[in-house]
Amino acid sequence: MSDAYVSLQQLTLAYGDSIAVPDLDLDINEGELITLLGPSGCGKTTTMRAIAGLMQPKSGRIFIDGVDVTRVSANKRQIGLVFQSYALFPHLSAYENVAFGLRLRRVASHQIQQQVNQGLERVGLQQLATRKPAELSGGQQQRLALARSLVMQPKVLLLDEPLSNLDAKLRLEMRSELQRLQRETAITMVFVTHDQSEALALADRIVLMSDGHIAQLGTAEELYNAPDTVFAADFMGFENIFKVADERDGLCYLAGRDSDVSARLEIAGSSEAGYLAWRPAAVSVGQGQHRGEVRSVAFAGETREYVIECTIGFVKAQVPVGNRVHAVGDVVDFELSLSTARPLRD
Amino acid sequence: MTQLWLSRLVIFLTLTFLIGPFFIIIFAGLSAGSSLAFPPDGLSLKWYLAVFEVESFRKSFILSMFLAVGGTLTALVLGVPAAYALSRYKLPFGETIKLIVAAPIIVPGIIVGLALLRYLVVPLDFTVTMALFLAHTALVLPYAVRVVSASLQNLRVDMEEAAVLLGCSRLGAFSRVVLPNIQGGILAAFILGFVTSFNQVPVSLFLSGPGVRTLPIDMIAYMEITYDPSVAALSALLAFLSIGIVFVAERFLGFSRYV
Ligand SMILES: Nc1ncnc2c1ncn2[C@@H]1O[C@H](COP(=O)(O)OP(=O)(O)OP(=O)(O)O)[C@@H](O)[C@H]1O
Ligand SMILES: [Mg+2]
Repeated sequence: MSDAYVSLQQLTLAYGDSIAVPDLDLDINEGELITLLGPSGCGKTTTMRAIAGLMQPKSGRIFIDGVDVTRVSANKRQIGLVFQSYALFPHLSAYENVAFGLRLRRVASHQIQQQVNQGLERVGLQQLATRKPAELSGGQQQRLALARSLVMQPKVLLLDEPLSNLDAKLRLEMRSELQRLQRETAITMVFVTHDQSEALALADRIVLMSDGHIAQLGTAEELYNAPDTVFAADFMGFENIFKVADERDGLCYLAGRDSDVSARLEIAGSSEAGYLAWRPAAVSVGQGQHRGEVRSVAFAGETREYVIECTIGFVKAQVPVGNRVHAVGDVVDFELSLSTARPLRD
Repeated sequence: MTQLWLSRLVIFLTLTFLIGPFFIIIFAGLSAGSSLAFPPDGLSLKWYLAVFEVESFRKSFILSMFLAVGGTLTALVLGVPAAYALSRYKLPFGETIKLIVAAPIIVPGIIVGLALLRYLVVPLDFTVTMALFLAHTALVLPYAVRVVSASLQNLRVDMEEAAVLLGCSRLGAFSRVVLPNIQGGILAAFILGFVTSFNQVPVSLFLSGPGVRTLPIDMIAYMEITYDPSVAALSALLAFLSIGIVFVAERFLGFSRYV
């Protein structure tokens, strides 16, 4: 047994005969905010439901705070879950929604009142205590769902894409509010999202999932700067990923990621890696060893984004707006250099 | 212009056929004469009062009330969990069960009545009241399951899961979260079931014994012997009762949302 606060050990989760998450190992530290990040259907919700006890694992164990809770039923685990849909109780007022769990615990009534008011205040809803959920805005509902879970002081708070129903501005607001709440309460949180920028902004550590496996686990910076695999790089915004088809005499020969075109692009230097990847910002345009034709230009505020077609496929480049402007159809030089490349495996 | 007149005519005819009979019985019951006739033979309230004097009407009214209230409540006790199970779990033969539950609506009442008489009352020595109770429960069950299912459909499963994570048992989640949110549907099912059972004729026709008759059957029997306006008066009173119930339900519940 590890000394992690939450520990998933060889967890296999299945719906009937179809296995959604095979053999997952994951340790989460106390007071940490960890993100499960991954594309749709990779098993984020499934993993979370297993931690909460809403789903029995096919095999493996779950430890929370040193106790094996694998067979403990969901209502005894003291885990909070904020659903994507919030799952508020429509027949109860905001106040009663927050009081719901405390009443079940048979907390004394003056304490309930105090804790509920405190909980509502913490998310800025004290003025709206008597409203029904249907009379609250999306952001307010979201905060109410948070307050309802937080007031129970759960051992772990699980959040399943809680921000995905909000508009962009509100999402940013709630994001920082969540961070504030996490700092204040020091509750261990698992945050599910398929938005990489959200994961990067929020998390102490990110668990990148793919098809029920952990593709990579690390701090936001580690994942952002140093993805290990093609999948991770793809997800973290490395839009130019090329296969190292051949390597000799101090030159690397690049080919399209999965094209069978025989064309090669040579770059100086040697690499052991199976693939090389560049962010659009790492591609320089206007000078360099390679040549291609501009297929599209898009203005994006601080930068201009080019799609350049060359022999092995499309290269995406992002250059400061101050640089010389190229038009669609122009033939331009560009540079993919080994020093700015991220080596990857499959 | 002709179009306008045409549509007015259609509306007029429709209303005449729907509401006309209702006015006819109201006025037929107001007759001062002693035989059922329209237009009434003078005006008086005596037949409306006479209704309450007929011993057999009183008995059969009580029986009908008992069947409508008791049968509907029993149907709800069975139907609410059934609707819940059908909507929440993938049951083996779920579709078949739904079909069987709906059968009493599809199968003609006469057949249901005859079958109950032939295979329950006669060979098993069921009392007529018991058979009636069973029959009315079965007849109301499909409505109970359907109406309650419809309101369960609008209730997301994750709400119950949220309740469980806050410390409820599954049963606790059902009573604290599911029931309060479908109570409108349950009340609607009750009213629908009550009216269905109270007005039920074909099944009850077969299931009547000495002194045991539902009110509609009793009214038919009464008319065969005595052709006076009291039957019309009673019908009008019953219609007012139904209208009153539906009106109150609509007013306080938005009944029409559920049916
Ligand atoms: N109730 C279910 N029955 C059968 N298979 C399911 C069920 N729920 C999910 N799955 C399958 O399990 C896998 C993981 O699903 P899960 O919901 O955990 O994905 P997710 O990462 O949360 O995706 P999303 O970002 O879309 O919410 C998917 O392949 C999905 O098809
Ligand atoms: Mg999900």
